[in-house]
Amino acid sequence: MPIPRFWREIEQRYKGIGSRCKNCGEIYFPPRKVCPECRRESFQNMEEYELEGTGEVVTYTEIHEPHQEFEMLSPYILAIVEMDEGVRLTGHLVNVDYDEVESGMRVEASMRKLGEESPKGLIYYGYKFWPIDD
Amino acid sequence: MKTKEEVGIKGYAGYVPRYRITPKEIGDVWGKDGESMGKGLRIESKSVPSPDEDVVTISTQSAKWAMQRADVDSQDIEAIYVGSESHPYAVKPTATIVAASLAASPDLTAADYEFACKAGTAAFQTCMGMVASGMIDNGIAIGADTSQGAPGDALEYSAAAGGAAYIIGSDDLLAKFRHTCSYTTDTPDFWRREGEKYPQHGGRFTGKPAYFKHVTNCTNKLLDETGREPEDYDYAVFHQPNGKFPMKAAKRMGFSKEQIEPGLLVPKIGNTYSGAVPLGLAATLDHAEPGDEILVTSYGSGAGSDSFDIEVTENIVKIDDENVPRIEEIIADNEFISYSVYAKYREKISEGGA
Ligand SMILES: [Zn+2]
Repeated sequence: MPIPRFWREIEQRYKGIGSRCKNCGEIYFPPRKVCPECRRESFQNMEEYELEGTGEVVTYTEIHEPHQEFEMLSPYILAIVEMDEGVRLTGHLVNVDYDEVESGMRVEASMRKLGEESPKGLIYYGYKFWPIDD
Repeated sequence: MKTKEEVGIKGYAGYVPRYRITPKEIGDVWGKDGESMGKGLRIESKSVPSPDEDVVTISTQSAKWAMQRADVDSQDIEAIYVGSESHPYAVKPTATIVAASLAASPDLTAADYEFACKAGTAAFQTCMGMVASGMIDNGIAIGADTSQGAPGDALEYSAAAGGAAYIIGSDDLLAKFRHTCSYTTDTPDFWRREGEKYPQHGGRFTGKPAYFKHVTNCTNKLLDETGREPEDYDYAVFHQPNGKFPMKAAKRMGFSKEQIEPGLLVPKIGNTYSGAVPLGLAATLDHAEPGDEILVTSYGSGAGSDSFDIEVTENIVKIDDENVPRIEEIIADNEFISYSVYAKYREKISEGGA
Protein backbone atom coordinates (compact mmCIF):
# COMPACT_ATOMS: atom_id res chain seq x y z
CA MET A 1 0.00 0.00 0.00
CA PRO A 2 1.44 3.42 -0.89
CA ILE A 3 2.38 5.55 2.15
CA PRO A 4 0.05 8.49 1.27
CA ARG A 5 -2.97 6.19 1.08
CA PHE A 6 -2.07 4.51 4.36
CA TRP A 7 -1.59 7.87 6.03
CA ARG A 8 -4.88 9.28 4.67
CA GLU A 9 -6.73 6.27 6.05
CA ILE A 10 -5.16 6.35 9.55
CA GLU A 11 -8.23 8.05 11.04
CA GLN A 12 -10.68 5.45 9.80
CA ARG A 13 -8.33 2.52 10.43
CA TYR A 14 -7.36 3.36 14.00
CA LYS A 15 -10.49 4.94 15.35
CA GLY A 16 -13.30 3.74 13.13
CA ILE A 17 -14.12 7.17 11.71
CA GLY A 18 -16.91 6.92 9.15
CA SER A 19 -19.33 9.52 7.84
CA ARG A 20 -22.94 10.43 8.46
CA CYS A 21 -25.34 11.98 5.99
CA LYS A 22 -26.92 14.99 7.68
CA ASN A 23 -29.83 14.78 5.26
CA CYS A 24 -31.09 11.24 6.02
CA GLY A 25 -28.94 10.23 9.01
CA GLU A 26 -27.40 7.16 7.33
CA ILE A 27 -23.92 6.20 8.58
CA TYR A 28 -21.19 4.97 6.24
CA PHE A 29 -17.93 3.16 6.80
CA PRO A 30 -15.53 3.60 5.09
CA PRO A 31 -16.56 7.27 4.99
CA ARG A 32 -18.25 8.60 1.86
CA LYS A 33 -18.28 12.10 0.44
CA VAL A 34 -21.76 11.67 -0.99
CA CYS A 35 -24.74 9.71 0.36
CA PRO A 36 -25.88 7.23 -2.32
CA GLU A 37 -29.49 7.69 -1.16
CA CYS A 38 -29.63 11.45 -1.09
CA ARG A 39 -27.09 12.12 -3.83
CA ARG A 40 -27.07 15.85 -4.58
CA GLU A 41 -28.85 16.80 -1.34
CA SER A 42 -26.05 15.23 0.70
CA PHE A 43 -23.36 17.18 -1.14
CA GLN A 44 -21.26 19.07 1.44
CA ASN A 45 -23.71 17.75 3.98
CA MET A 46 -21.71 14.75 5.22
CA GLU A 47 -20.08 14.81 8.69
CA GLU A 48 -17.40 12.70 10.38
CA TYR A 49 -18.83 9.99 12.58
CA GLU A 50 -16.84 7.89 15.06
CA LEU A 51 -18.18 4.36 15.45
CA GLU A 52 -18.58 3.11 19.03
CA GLY A 53 -16.61 0.00 18.10
CA THR A 54 -19.18 -2.56 19.24
CA GLY A 55 -21.42 -4.81 17.20
CA GLU A 56 -22.36 -8.41 16.53
CA VAL A 57 -21.19 -11.22 14.30
CA VAL A 58 -23.38 -11.75 11.23
CA THR A 59 -21.42 -14.54 9.52
CA TYR A 60 -17.96 -16.01 9.99
CA THR A 61 -15.57 -18.51 8.49
CA GLU A 62 -12.24 -20.06 9.34
CA ILE A 63 -9.43 -19.46 6.85
CA HIS A 64 -6.92 -22.29 6.57
CA GLU A 65 -5.03 -21.27 3.45
CA PRO A 66 -4.58 -17.58 3.85
CA HIS A 67 -3.03 -14.93 1.70
CA GLN A 68 0.75 -14.93 2.21
CA GLU A 69 0.82 -11.95 4.59
CA PHE A 70 -1.51 -13.73 7.03
CA GLU A 71 0.34 -17.05 6.95
CA MET A 72 1.64 -16.58 10.50
CA LEU A 73 -1.93 -16.34 11.81
CA SER A 74 -3.28 -19.41 10.01
CA PRO A 75 -5.88 -20.62 10.75
CA TYR A 76 -7.78 -17.45 11.58
CA ILE A 77 -11.42 -16.43 11.69
CA LEU A 78 -12.83 -13.87 9.31
CA ALA A 79 -16.22 -12.36 10.12
CA ILE A 80 -18.77 -9.88 8.89
CA VAL A 81 -19.74 -7.74 11.84
CA GLU A 82 -22.78 -5.50 12.01
CA MET A 83 -21.81 -2.49 14.08
CA ASP A 84 -24.39 -1.03 16.48
CA GLU A 85 -24.69 1.93 14.07
CA GLY A 86 -25.89 -0.47 11.34
CA VAL A 87 -22.83 -0.57 9.08
CA ARG A 88 -21.26 -3.91 8.25
CA LEU A 89 -17.49 -4.43 8.44
CA THR A 90 -15.29 -7.36 7.59
CA GLY A 91 -12.57 -8.20 10.08
CA HIS A 92 -10.61 -10.88 11.87
CA LEU A 93 -11.92 -12.36 15.12
CA VAL A 94 -9.16 -12.74 17.74
CA ASN A 95 -8.76 -14.11 21.29
CA VAL A 96 -11.47 -16.69 20.62
CA ASP A 97 -11.62 -20.28 19.34
CA TYR A 98 -13.58 -21.06 16.19
CA ASP A 99 -15.98 -23.41 17.97
CA GLU A 100 -16.88 -20.69 20.48
CA VAL A 101 -18.00 -18.26 17.77
CA GLU A 102 -21.65 -17.92 16.84
CA SER A 103 -23.82 -15.57 14.83
CA GLY A 104 -25.17 -12.79 17.00
CA MET A 105 -22.13 -12.89 19.32
CA ARG A 106 -21.26 -9.45 20.72
CA VAL A 107 -17.83 -8.18 19.69
CA GLU A 108 -15.69 -5.08 20.12
CA ALA A 109 -12.97 -3.58 17.93
CA SER A 110 -9.42 -3.77 19.27
CA MET A 111 -6.26 -2.52 17.65
CA ARG A 112 -3.96 -5.09 16.07
CA LYS A 113 -1.21 -5.29 13.49
CA LEU A 114 -2.89 -5.86 10.15
CA GLY A 115 0.31 -6.38 8.23
CA GLU A 116 3.45 -4.67 7.11
CA GLU A 117 4.91 -3.27 3.93
CA SER A 118 8.00 -5.51 4.37
CA PRO A 119 10.32 -6.34 7.29
CA LYS A 120 12.00 -2.98 6.63
CA GLY A 121 8.82 -1.11 5.83
CA LEU A 122 5.86 0.43 7.59
CA ILE A 123 3.68 -1.54 9.98
CA TYR A 124 -0.05 -1.30 9.29
CA TYR A 125 -2.32 -1.15 12.35
CA GLY A 126 -6.08 -1.32 12.40
CA TYR A 127 -9.06 -2.98 14.00
CA LYS A 128 -9.86 -6.62 14.58
CA PHE A 129 -12.73 -7.89 16.75
CA TRP A 130 -12.90 -9.87 19.94
CA PRO A 131 -15.84 -11.14 22.00
CA ILE A 132 -17.32 -9.09 24.83
CA ASP A 133 -19.97 -9.85 27.41
CA ASP A 134 -23.46 -8.53 26.65
CA MET B 1 11.32 13.29 45.81
CA LYS B 2 8.01 14.70 46.81
CA THR B 3 5.69 16.72 44.61
CA LYS B 4 4.48 20.15 45.76
CA GLU B 5 0.98 19.56 44.50
CA GLU B 6 -1.08 16.40 44.93
CA VAL B 7 -0.72 13.93 42.09
CA GLY B 8 -1.92 10.39 41.58
CA ILE B 9 -3.65 7.73 39.54
CA LYS B 10 -7.05 8.51 37.99
CA GLY B 11 -7.38 5.28 36.04
CA TYR B 12 -5.37 2.19 35.23
CA ALA B 13 -5.68 -1.01 33.20
CA GLY B 14 -3.48 -3.72 31.79
CA TYR B 15 -3.41 -6.22 28.97
CA VAL B 16 -1.66 -9.59 28.69
CA PRO B 17 -1.69 -11.59 25.43
CA ARG B 18 -3.75 -14.74 25.62
CA TYR B 19 -1.27 -17.44 24.63
CA ARG B 20 0.86 -19.33 27.18
CA ILE B 21 3.75 -21.76 26.98
CA THR B 22 5.25 -23.83 29.81
CA PRO B 23 8.98 -24.09 30.64
CA LYS B 24 8.67 -27.85 30.14
CA GLU B 25 7.53 -27.37 26.54
CA ILE B 26 10.50 -25.08 25.86
CA GLY B 27 12.99 -27.37 27.63
CA ASP B 28 11.85 -30.46 25.70
CA VAL B 29 12.88 -28.83 22.43
CA TRP B 30 16.38 -28.06 23.68
CA GLY B 31 16.89 -31.36 25.51
CA LYS B 32 16.80 -29.62 28.88
CA ASP B 33 14.75 -30.26 31.99
CA GLY B 34 12.42 -27.32 31.48
CA GLU B 35 10.18 -28.34 34.34
CA SER B 36 12.84 -28.02 37.02
CA MET B 37 14.14 -24.89 35.25
CA GLY B 38 10.65 -23.43 35.65
CA LYS B 39 10.51 -24.48 39.29
CA GLY B 40 13.85 -22.81 39.96
CA LEU B 41 12.61 -19.60 38.36
CA ARG B 42 9.15 -20.05 39.89
CA ILE B 43 7.56 -19.70 36.48
CA GLU B 44 4.69 -22.07 35.62
CA SER B 45 3.92 -20.46 32.28
CA LYS B 46 4.71 -17.32 30.30
CA SER B 47 2.58 -15.21 27.99
CA VAL B 48 3.21 -15.22 24.25
CA PRO B 49 1.89 -12.49 21.96
CA SER B 50 0.02 -13.39 18.80
CA PRO B 51 1.89 -12.29 15.63
CA ASP B 52 -0.54 -9.37 15.33
CA GLU B 53 0.22 -8.05 18.82
CA ASP B 54 3.08 -5.74 19.76
CA VAL B 55 3.86 -2.87 22.12
CA VAL B 56 1.58 -0.54 20.13
CA THR B 57 -1.45 -2.82 20.39
CA ILE B 58 -0.85 -3.72 24.07
CA SER B 59 -0.34 -0.04 24.97
CA THR B 60 -3.39 1.10 23.03
CA GLN B 61 -5.72 -1.46 24.60
CA SER B 62 -4.43 -0.76 28.13
CA ALA B 63 -4.70 3.01 27.67
CA LYS B 64 -8.19 2.75 26.19
CA TRP B 65 -9.40 0.82 29.23
CA ALA B 66 -7.54 3.09 31.66
CA MET B 67 -9.21 6.16 30.10
CA GLN B 68 -12.59 4.47 30.38
CA ARG B 69 -11.98 3.90 34.09
CA ALA B 70 -10.68 7.44 34.63
CA ASP B 71 -13.64 8.81 32.67
CA VAL B 72 -11.23 11.15 30.90
CA ASP B 73 -11.92 12.38 27.38
CA SER B 74 -9.19 11.70 24.80
CA GLN B 75 -8.98 15.42 24.06
CA ASP B 76 -8.05 16.05 27.72
CA ILE B 77 -4.91 13.89 27.50
CA GLU B 78 -1.95 16.26 27.22
CA ALA B 79 0.99 13.83 27.43
CA ILE B 80 1.69 10.20 26.51
CA TYR B 81 4.89 8.39 27.41
CA VAL B 82 5.42 4.76 26.44
CA GLY B 83 8.20 2.88 28.21
CA SER B 84 9.45 -0.30 26.52
CA GLU B 85 12.52 -2.14 25.31
CA SER B 86 10.62 -3.67 22.40
CA HIS B 87 9.21 -0.65 20.55
CA PRO B 88 8.08 -1.92 17.11
CA TYR B 89 10.19 0.65 15.29
CA ALA B 90 13.84 1.48 16.03
CA VAL B 91 13.08 4.99 14.77
CA LYS B 92 9.44 6.18 14.84
CA PRO B 93 7.72 6.64 18.15
CA THR B 94 5.24 4.15 19.57
CA ALA B 95 3.63 7.04 21.46
CA THR B 96 2.44 8.82 18.27
CA ILE B 97 0.61 5.70 17.06
CA VAL B 98 -0.95 5.18 20.50
CA ALA B 99 -1.96 8.86 20.67
CA ALA B 100 -3.61 8.69 17.23
CA SER B 101 -5.49 5.51 18.02
CA LEU B 102 -6.80 7.02 21.28
CA ALA B 103 -7.90 10.13 19.32
CA ALA B 104 -5.70 12.23 21.60
CA SER B 105 -3.63 13.80 18.81
CA PRO B 106 -2.52 16.36 17.81
CA ASP B 107 -2.66 18.62 20.89
CA LEU B 108 -0.35 16.74 23.24
CA THR B 109 3.30 15.97 23.91
CA ALA B 110 4.44 12.39 23.37
CA ALA B 111 7.63 10.35 23.53
CA ASP B 112 8.99 6.86 23.97
CA TYR B 113 11.08 5.88 26.95
CA GLU B 114 13.77 3.24 27.20
CA PHE B 115 15.38 2.00 30.40
CA ALA B 116 15.23 -1.79 30.16
CA CYS B 117 12.45 -2.93 32.54
CA LYS B 118 11.92 0.36 34.37
CA ALA B 119 10.98 2.52 31.38
CA GLY B 120 7.35 2.40 32.52
CA THR B 121 8.00 3.81 36.00
CA ALA B 122 10.27 6.48 34.45
CA ALA B 123 7.14 7.49 32.52
CA PHE B 124 5.20 7.61 35.84
CA GLN B 125 7.72 10.08 37.27
CA THR B 126 7.64 12.31 34.17
CA CYS B 127 3.85 12.52 34.25
CA MET B 128 3.93 13.17 38.02
CA GLY B 129 6.30 16.10 37.51
CA MET B 130 4.28 17.58 34.67
CA VAL B 131 0.98 17.29 36.54
CA ALA B 132 2.37 18.59 39.84
CA SER B 133 4.00 21.57 38.15
CA GLY B 134 0.74 22.47 36.44
CA MET B 135 2.06 21.95 32.90
CA ILE B 136 -0.65 19.37 32.18
CA ASP B 137 -3.85 18.16 33.82
CA ASN B 138 -3.78 14.58 32.55
CA GLY B 139 -0.98 12.38 31.22
CA ILE B 140 -0.74 8.71 30.29
CA ALA B 141 2.23 6.62 31.43
CA ILE B 142 2.57 3.18 29.87
CA GLY B 143 4.96 0.29 30.45
CA ALA B 144 4.72 -2.54 27.91
CA ASP B 145 6.95 -5.14 26.30
CA THR B 146 6.97 -8.13 23.97
CA SER B 147 10.42 -9.34 24.92
CA GLN B 148 12.33 -12.25 23.49
CA GLY B 149 15.17 -14.43 24.63
CA ALA B 150 17.40 -16.05 22.04
CA PRO B 151 16.27 -19.61 21.20
CA GLY B 152 17.81 -21.97 23.79
CA ASP B 153 18.98 -19.14 26.05
CA ALA B 154 17.94 -19.07 29.73
CA LEU B 155 15.89 -15.95 29.01
CA GLU B 156 13.65 -17.93 26.68
CA TYR B 157 12.00 -19.52 29.73
CA SER B 158 10.89 -16.17 31.16
CA ALA B 159 10.71 -13.45 28.45
CA ALA B 160 7.02 -12.63 28.03
CA ALA B 161 4.60 -9.96 26.87
CA GLY B 162 2.17 -7.57 28.54
CA GLY B 163 1.70 -4.02 29.72
CA ALA B 164 -0.35 -1.54 31.70
CA ALA B 165 -1.36 2.11 31.37
CA TYR B 166 -1.95 4.76 34.02
CA ILE B 167 -3.84 8.03 33.72
CA ILE B 168 -1.95 10.44 35.97
CA GLY B 169 -3.61 13.62 37.17
CA SER B 170 -4.48 15.68 40.23
CA ASP B 171 -8.23 15.26 40.78
CA ASP B 172 -10.66 12.34 41.19
CA LEU B 173 -7.73 10.15 42.21
CA LEU B 174 -8.02 6.41 42.83
CA ALA B 175 -4.63 6.50 44.53
CA LYS B 176 -2.13 9.21 45.49
CA PHE B 177 1.61 9.19 44.92
CA ARG B 178 2.91 10.44 48.27
CA HIS B 179 6.60 9.99 47.53
CA THR B 180 9.01 8.70 44.91
CA CYS B 181 12.77 8.20 44.73
CA SER B 182 15.28 6.64 42.38
CA TYR B 183 18.65 4.87 42.57
CA THR B 184 20.76 4.84 39.42
CA THR B 185 24.23 3.45 38.58
CA ASP B 186 26.16 2.34 35.49
CA THR B 187 25.94 -1.46 35.73
CA PRO B 188 26.51 -3.75 32.71
CA ASP B 189 24.14 -6.61 33.62
CA PHE B 190 22.01 -6.78 30.47
CA TRP B 191 22.17 -5.09 27.08
CA ARG B 192 21.22 -5.27 23.44
CA ARG B 193 23.21 -3.50 20.74
CA GLU B 194 21.42 -1.61 17.96
CA GLY B 195 20.41 -3.99 15.16
CA GLU B 196 20.71 -7.13 17.31
CA LYS B 197 17.52 -9.12 17.74
CA TYR B 198 18.22 -10.69 21.11
CA PRO B 199 19.80 -9.24 24.27
CA GLN B 200 23.01 -10.33 26.00
CA HIS B 201 23.24 -10.68 29.75
CA GLY B 202 25.89 -11.05 32.42
CA GLY B 203 24.63 -14.43 33.68
CA ARG B 204 24.98 -14.59 37.46
CA PHE B 205 25.97 -10.96 37.41
CA THR B 206 22.27 -10.08 36.94
CA GLY B 207 21.52 -10.93 40.59
CA LYS B 208 23.45 -9.45 43.47
CA PRO B 209 25.19 -6.37 41.99
CA ALA B 210 22.26 -5.64 39.71
CA TYR B 211 18.69 -6.50 40.74
CA PHE B 212 19.18 -6.94 44.50
CA LYS B 213 21.50 -3.97 45.02
CA HIS B 214 19.23 -1.51 43.20
CA VAL B 215 15.87 -2.78 44.43
CA THR B 216 17.09 -2.94 48.06
CA ASN B 217 18.87 0.42 48.06
CA CYS B 218 16.01 2.23 46.37
CA THR B 219 13.36 0.71 48.65
CA ASN B 220 15.41 1.47 51.77
CA LYS B 221 15.92 5.01 50.55
CA LEU B 222 12.15 5.44 50.20
CA LEU B 223 11.61 4.03 53.70
CA ASP B 224 14.27 6.40 55.07
CA GLU B 225 12.85 9.45 53.34
CA THR B 226 9.28 8.70 54.42
CA GLY B 227 10.21 7.44 57.89
CA ARG B 228 8.21 4.28 57.36
CA GLU B 229 8.72 0.56 57.96
CA PRO B 230 7.94 -2.40 55.65
CA GLU B 231 5.07 -3.49 57.92
CA ASP B 232 3.36 -0.09 57.50
CA TYR B 233 2.38 -1.11 53.98
CA ASP B 234 -0.58 -3.28 53.04
CA TYR B 235 1.05 -4.33 49.78
CA ALA B 236 4.39 -4.21 48.01
CA VAL B 237 5.21 -4.66 44.33
CA PHE B 238 8.77 -5.38 43.18
CA HIS B 239 10.14 -5.91 39.71
CA GLN B 240 9.78 -9.58 38.84
CA PRO B 241 12.18 -10.99 36.22
CA ASN B 242 11.30 -14.39 37.72
CA GLY B 243 9.41 -15.52 40.82
CA LYS B 244 12.54 -16.07 42.89
CA PHE B 245 14.12 -12.60 42.88
CA PRO B 246 11.18 -10.53 44.21
CA MET B 247 10.44 -13.10 46.95
CA LYS B 248 14.06 -13.14 48.05
CA ALA B 249 14.35 -9.34 47.96
CA ALA B 250 11.07 -8.91 49.85
CA LYS B 251 12.13 -11.33 52.57
CA ARG B 252 15.53 -9.72 52.95
CA MET B 253 13.96 -6.26 53.40
CA GLY B 254 11.29 -7.44 55.83
CA PHE B 255 8.23 -7.67 53.57
CA SER B 256 5.96 -10.70 53.88
CA LYS B 257 4.74 -13.10 51.25
CA GLU B 258 1.18 -11.82 51.84
CA GLN B 259 2.23 -8.25 51.03
CA ILE B 260 3.69 -9.12 47.63
CA GLU B 261 1.33 -11.92 46.59
CA PRO B 262 -1.45 -9.96 44.79
CA GLY B 263 1.11 -8.20 42.60
CA LEU B 264 3.31 -11.21 41.91
CA LEU B 265 2.16 -12.20 38.40
CA VAL B 266 5.38 -13.68 37.03
CA PRO B 267 4.56 -17.33 37.96
CA LYS B 268 1.57 -17.27 35.56
CA ILE B 269 2.67 -14.87 32.81
CA GLY B 270 6.49 -14.70 32.95
CA ASN B 271 8.67 -11.60 32.88
CA THR B 272 6.83 -8.79 31.11
CA TYR B 273 9.82 -6.44 31.44
CA SER B 274 8.58 -2.81 31.35
CA GLY B 275 5.08 -4.19 31.84
CA ALA B 276 5.95 -6.13 35.01
CA VAL B 277 5.68 -3.48 37.74
CA PRO B 278 2.81 -1.58 36.06
CA LEU B 279 0.87 -4.88 35.74
CA GLY B 280 1.78 -5.95 39.29
CA LEU B 281 0.59 -2.61 40.66
CA ALA B 282 -2.62 -2.86 38.61
CA ALA B 283 -3.35 -6.34 40.01
CA THR B 284 -2.67 -4.99 43.51
CA LEU B 285 -4.98 -2.00 42.99
CA ASP B 286 -7.65 -4.48 41.84
CA HIS B 287 -7.50 -5.90 45.38
CA ALA B 288 -7.05 -2.65 47.30
CA GLU B 289 -9.44 -0.97 49.71
CA PRO B 290 -9.63 2.73 50.61
CA GLY B 291 -6.73 3.73 52.83
CA ASP B 292 -4.47 0.87 51.74
CA GLU B 293 -0.82 1.78 51.35
CA ILE B 294 1.36 0.29 48.62
CA LEU B 295 5.13 0.36 48.15
CA VAL B 296 6.40 -0.13 44.60
CA THR B 297 9.98 -0.61 43.37
CA SER B 298 10.86 -1.21 39.75
CA TYR B 299 14.21 -2.29 38.34
CA GLY B 300 15.77 -1.68 34.94
CA SER B 301 19.07 -3.17 33.86
CA GLY B 302 21.83 -0.81 33.09
CA ALA B 303 20.81 -0.03 35.91
CA GLY B 304 18.30 1.71 38.13
CA SER B 305 15.26 1.48 40.37
CA ASP B 306 12.31 3.79 41.03
CA SER B 307 10.30 3.50 44.25
CA PHE B 308 6.84 4.88 44.99
CA ASP B 309 4.77 5.32 48.14
CA ILE B 310 1.10 5.09 47.17
CA GLU B 311 -2.07 5.60 49.20
CA VAL B 312 -5.39 4.30 47.87
CA THR B 313 -8.36 6.70 48.13
CA GLU B 314 -12.06 6.06 48.72
CA ASN B 315 -12.65 6.43 44.93
CA ILE B 316 -11.26 2.92 44.41
CA VAL B 317 -14.68 1.45 45.32
CA LYS B 318 -16.29 3.28 42.37
CA ILE B 319 -13.98 1.72 39.81
CA ASP B 320 -15.44 0.34 36.55
CA ASP B 321 -15.03 -3.43 36.72
CA GLU B 322 -18.02 -3.92 34.43
CA ASN B 323 -16.52 -2.81 31.14
CA VAL B 324 -12.84 -3.07 32.02
CA PRO B 325 -11.50 -6.49 33.01
CA ARG B 326 -9.47 -7.01 36.19
CA ILE B 327 -5.92 -8.27 35.73
CA GLU B 328 -6.75 -11.71 37.14
CA GLU B 329 -9.60 -12.05 34.63
CA ILE B 330 -7.28 -11.20 31.75
CA ILE B 331 -4.68 -13.69 32.97
CA ALA B 332 -7.29 -16.42 33.45
CA ASP B 333 -8.42 -16.17 29.81
CA ASN B 334 -5.61 -18.14 28.20
CA GLU B 335 -4.69 -20.85 25.74
CA PHE B 336 -1.60 -23.06 25.97
CA ILE B 337 0.43 -23.55 22.80
CA SER B 338 3.16 -25.93 21.66
CA TYR B 339 6.75 -24.92 20.94
CA SER B 340 6.16 -25.18 17.19
CA VAL B 341 3.29 -22.68 17.32
CA TYR B 342 5.37 -20.52 19.68
CA ALA B 343 8.32 -20.59 17.28
CA LYS B 344 6.07 -19.62 14.39
CA TYR B 345 4.56 -16.76 16.39
CA ARG B 346 7.95 -15.50 17.45
CA GLU B 347 9.30 -15.86 13.91
CA LYS B 348 12.11 -18.06 15.15
CA ILE B 349 12.03 -20.66 12.41
CA SER B 350 13.75 -18.44 9.88
CA GLU B 351 16.16 -17.23 12.56
CA GLY B 352 17.53 -20.60 13.60
CA GLY B 353 18.03 -21.69 10.01
CA ALA B 354 17.46 -25.33 10.95
ZN1 LIG C 1 -28.52 10.54 2.97
